[in-house]
Amino acid sequence: MTATTTERETAGRPLKTVSPKDKRDSFSLSRVPVYLACAFIALLWLIPALGLLISSFRQEGTIRASGWWTVFGNLFDAGAWTLQNYTSVMSGGFGNAFANSLAVTIPAVAIPITVAAFAAYAFAWMDFPARNFMFAVVVGLMVVPLQMALIPILRLYTDLDISGTFPGVWLAHAGFGLPLAVYLLRNYMGSLPSSLIESAEIDGADHFKIFTRLILPLSTPVLAAFATLQFLWVWNDYLVALVFLGVANPANSVLTVELASLVGQRGEGALSLLPAAAFISMILPLVVFFALQKYFVRGLTAGSVKG
Amino acid sequence: MSTPTLNQDDEVEVGRPHGQPGSHDHSPQVWLLRLLSALIVPAVLVIFFFTFEFLQDPSTNKVLQILVAILVGVGGVWLLYWAMDRLVNSLPERAGAGVRPFVFAGPAMILLGFYLIYPTIDTIITSLRDADGEAFVGLANYQLIFTESTYLISLRNSFIWAVVVPIVCVAAGLAVATLADLLPKRSEQFFKSLIFLPMAVSFVGASAVFFFIYSFRPEGFGEQIGLLNAIWVGLGNQAVDWLRVPLWNNLFLMVILIWTQTGFAMIILSAAIKGVPDDLLEAARIDGANEWQAFRRVTVPTIASTIVVVWTTILITTWKVYDIVAVMTGGRDGTSVVAERMVTEFFDFENNGVGAALAVVLLIVVTPILVVNIKRFQQQEALR
Repeated sequence: MTATTTERETAGRPLKTVSPKDKRDSFSLSRVPVYLACAFIALLWLIPALGLLISSFRQEGTIRASGWWTVFGNLFDAGAWTLQNYTSVMSGGFGNAFANSLAVTIPAVAIPITVAAFAAYAFAWMDFPARNFMFAVVVGLMVVPLQMALIPILRLYTDLDISGTFPGVWLAHAGFGLPLAVYLLRNYMGSLPSSLIESAEIDGADHFKIFTRLILPLSTPVLAAFATLQFLWVWNDYLVALVFLGVANPANSVLTVELASLVGQRGEGALSLLPAAAFISMILPLVVFFALQKYFVRGLTAGSVKG
Repeated sequence: MSTPTLNQDDEVEVGRPHGQPGSHDHSPQVWLLRLLSALIVPAVLVIFFFTFEFLQDPSTNKVLQILVAILVGVGGVWLLYWAMDRLVNSLPERAGAGVRPFVFAGPAMILLGFYLIYPTIDTIITSLRDADGEAFVGLANYQLIFTESTYLISLRNSFIWAVVVPIVCVAAGLAVATLADLLPKRSEQFFKSLIFLPMAVSFVGASAVFFFIYSFRPEGFGEQIGLLNAIWVGLGNQAVDWLRVPLWNNLFLMVILIWTQTGFAMIILSAAIKGVPDDLLEAARIDGANEWQAFRRVTVPTIASTIVVVWTTILITTWKVYDIVAVMTGGRDGTSVVAERMVTEFFDFENNGVGAALAVVLLIVVTPILVVNIKRFQQQEALR
């Protein structure tokens, strides 16, 4: 909804001969306060993460003995740095948890995209009874807290003896991600020009062909946007993984669950593993974030009503 | 074009999407086929996933499990839709046109029904029953939540979170977006990426990050390794166990959420600020407005609708916050919130009734947003 407003606003913006951007690109002394303020904010935002990153490369004993900022006194002392934390974390269960996170995330992104794409096409380009009513339901479900689903679904999973399994989590994540997926994809597909579809129909293409050959390839940007959102959401999820996987079957527990138990221990032993463990859990989302930031932002902008 | 109503069944729409003869056929046979076609894809998916033992066996090779899941989850599902579409082709043309949309949209609706609609109804019913979910107790669980002090603390904290976090995030996001807009293009991109970065980090990861900020050691147990205490002690004070200071500890937890969500507010608001027409600002300046007045009187009113959307989105996130509290304090020392209390109640105390009632409280508060979203959708459709 925001997307459409902003786009419209941008479209209505008059063409300018000199954009303010051009004026800004040259350095000017009067903007020094702005630079200083920005540098200060950036530093404030970075310090917490920086502390963790530095700690993750420090010797086990020193993490516990002194604050991470003390490294600035002997920055070039090679003996102070080590990769030991990462290797011991990986061999101590986080390697397995990393694989579990992948095993949960990839299908939990792929399944809802497929199911939602078909539904979105129907909502955008087919006529059927109760169409608007069903889509209104989808819009409403976007903000329903997933906490509403925890108790009944877990009870059902336990009765069926499938709690703690990967497929159970895949389908749960697919269900929770579907409202946003259908909403985003339908809005995008519906905004494609109808002349495209009409001319394809005249050429004798049926709905399945129009969908797979025409609409789907044209929808790549929104598919990528949702994939990025859903990836970060599932990978970073703690509650769903804890309830449907971790509790019943610790062997299948994911990175966030393992990391949470490490933070929860508060023990001095956990302290030295914590920074490396945290960074292992962040590596993939950070890579995805930097590589697909454009799509991520697009998804957030268009879907900033999700619950 | 007619205005869409909630039950717009038999109205043939002018324009798109265009119906074919038979798409509004209401004969029982066609409805049966519609239901069947919606059910088949999810059913086959579920049967496949849960009959293959090796997908559930943790000792099976993970790579193999993932590959099979992707193969089935994408390829297999695709094949199912294709097969269903072929089947519909073999129906008489009129019936086919009536059934086909349900082949496409049906499976999604069935999944939504199973994972969101049915559980919502079930949770509401459970909230009216006792701890074991057996005897009907009316509103007793709600009465308990709104009178017992432990639950009142959770409610109070959730409301404080919901008031503080969205406002701080929107204000900080607006300030940072405005500042960034003054930077040269390259620096602007870099600066915005930095602030936005925590959005990619899980709440659990963010909690780990702040663990090293709030860390506390009693005197005699070694040097302070938490940044906040190091600064505090450096200023000549006694070290403080920040997460145990009543009321303030809630604020320290909120900082973690603010750290991750401000970037979101900034990115969206920044795009909106860039959409404010320059001639509007120029006109204000010519009329003698200074930069602050131009910002307050022109920029803010122009982007007001975006501000509301960002505020609402962060409000929903904040209201459901679980991870940060569960990981950092476990709700101890008066830091419990509703979403965290709900899980504790359900898992640790096995009190289904109260757990469900807390979940319903979560839902009730977002219901106005839900209604507004649906209304807005219907208005948009009316304009299409």
